[in-house]
Amino acid sequence: MSAISREEVAHLARLSRLAVTEEELDRFAGQLDVILQSVARVGEVTAEDIPPTSHSVPLTNVYRDDVVQPCLTPDEVLAGAPDQAEGRFRVPRILDEEE
Amino acid sequence: MSDVTRMTASEIAGLIKNGEVSAVEVTTAHLDRIATVDERVHAFLHVDREGALRAAEAVDRGEKSGPLAGVPIAVKDVMATKGVPTTAASKILEGWRPPYDATIVERLRDAGTVMLGKTNMDEFAMGSSTEYSAYGPTSNPWDLGRIPGGSGGGSAAALAAYEAPLAIGTDTGGSIRQPGAVTGTVGAKPTYGGTSRYGLIAFSSSLDTPGPCARTVADAALLHAAIGGHDVRDSTSIPQPVPDVVAAARLGADGDLSGVKLGLVKEFAGDGTEPGVRAAFQESVEALVKLGAEVVEVSCPHFTYALPAYYLIAPSECSSNLARFDGVRYGLRAGDDGARSLEEVMSLTREAGFGPEVKRRIIIGAYALSSGYYDAYYGQAQKVRTLITRDFQAAFERVDALISPTTPFVAFPFGSRTADPYQMYLADLFTIPTNLYGGPAISVPCGTSEGLPVGFQVMAPTMGDDRMYRVAAALESAVGTLTPPEL
Repeated sequence: MSAISREEVAHLARLSRLAVTEEELDRFAGQLDVILQSVARVGEVTAEDIPPTSHSVPLTNVYRDDVVQPCLTPDEVLAGAPDQAEGRFRVPRILDEEE
Repeated sequence: MSDVTRMTASEIAGLIKNGEVSAVEVTTAHLDRIATVDERVHAFLHVDREGALRAAEAVDRGEKSGPLAGVPIAVKDVMATKGVPTTAASKILEGWRPPYDATIVERLRDAGTVMLGKTNMDEFAMGSSTEYSAYGPTSNPWDLGRIPGGSGGGSAAALAAYEAPLAIGTDTGGSIRQPGAVTGTVGAKPTYGGTSRYGLIAFSSSLDTPGPCARTVADAALLHAAIGGHDVRDSTSIPQPVPDVVAAARLGADGDLSGVKLGLVKEFAGDGTEPGVRAAFQESVEALVKLGAEVVEVSCPHFTYALPAYYLIAPSECSSNLARFDGVRYGLRAGDDGARSLEEVMSLTREAGFGPEVKRRIIIGAYALSSGYYDAYYGQAQKVRTLITRDFQAAFERVDALISPTTPFVAFPFGSRTADPYQMYLADLFTIPTNLYGGPAISVPCGTSEGLPVGFQVMAPTMGDDRMYRVAAALESAVGTLTPPEL
């Protein structure tokens, strides 16, 4: 049985905002199936009572003093943007005009 | 004067300090070397000739001093460098010039090192061969038809091709150590949190670790000391000083390992290691025993599951981290014809800007994190990560450090592992457990197999970076460094 179908890959690509081509879908579905079948081996480990590790450094709530520091100017921040207007990032339309 | 490009970083720094050569002369010699060989090696994505000469002039004016002042360095293109193109070898960041320096880059500038340029890598540090760079692969100076390892193949190849005596890499699953192994150079992954991630373009935030690359263990230690230590701008940075790795490398170079106990990982014994790699490794183990080390076998039963756990955890973090590349704040924007919506433009931008391996990992991550699969994949992988950490902790109660080959196979020919991505993943079989645990590990050359370099890995406990330098320096004193064929 395959771990992932072509339809699932298409769905995940859509969620990930990747406009993949049909040809990519064909190729990825097979490759991802091999990868996922291999990594599914983690399921062989008995680990019900084991706490998860998200991070190896045992630090929580790292604070610093609330002091004003030098920071980038708006021009520096916007310098790498594909499009800008009036000191802001300019984006394509977000709302559908017909709605 | 003999050729400065063949010298170690400490030799170069000594000559500059004594006024026997200027930093500008050293920099020019390396820029000339790059101009001569990099067309064939392609270690660099960008050479910053003017910036390098400016930095060298500042050293010659006496504005910078220290153990690495005037020493040229190559920096992996995943570190932000103010005003200098930074792409992470992706089309999505083509032409981007960061408005700030990564902490490590800032520390390199403060130390008076001279940044020659930015090195090639697998796109967003995902890969083991540099074949996933959007700008074409880097060649291994030992055999131009073979891979230099990855993801930091450019940094390692720059060292082996004598284009730079020092380089910066980043190691998420082996991206410093495996390129070091297959190019016959030294690569160290510091303790996670021992080197700052500020300004490092994130792939897998709980694993990414910047570190030093060099041609000798002593040089790697000097660079490690220069870049390491606490950074308030990285909340996962460990608020303690880095162990004295320079002194440890000096101690190891004396070649006495009496009282040092090393562990061979039993679970790494089978696992498809090439016979020539195994033979070079065995000879090195015998050399360490001659230096007085005691070698015992230890069992780390969960290491067998490190590769599967890694290929769930790293893609999960990557699918989240790479969401920032949306065509709004920096980099590429594709398909913005005035009619398409933001969402359509984002999807077209990411489709055009990301290469195949990055897309595969984003999709795997989205899968592992999706409801219904989360517990079985990402959640279970995090539990396995705990068990691997416990294996390391138990092992370090018995031994001072663990040893293994760095990678199961020598540099492979281009194209031989790209069709089946899982075959590529196997290159990191021995390096990945350390990343999941967060400890330090180093790869040091230990001979050749079929005329190609073999790497020896030393893994140490968290914040025990000095231990691995001592063992690696001792091994280097016994087996010597490797010299690649003339290009």
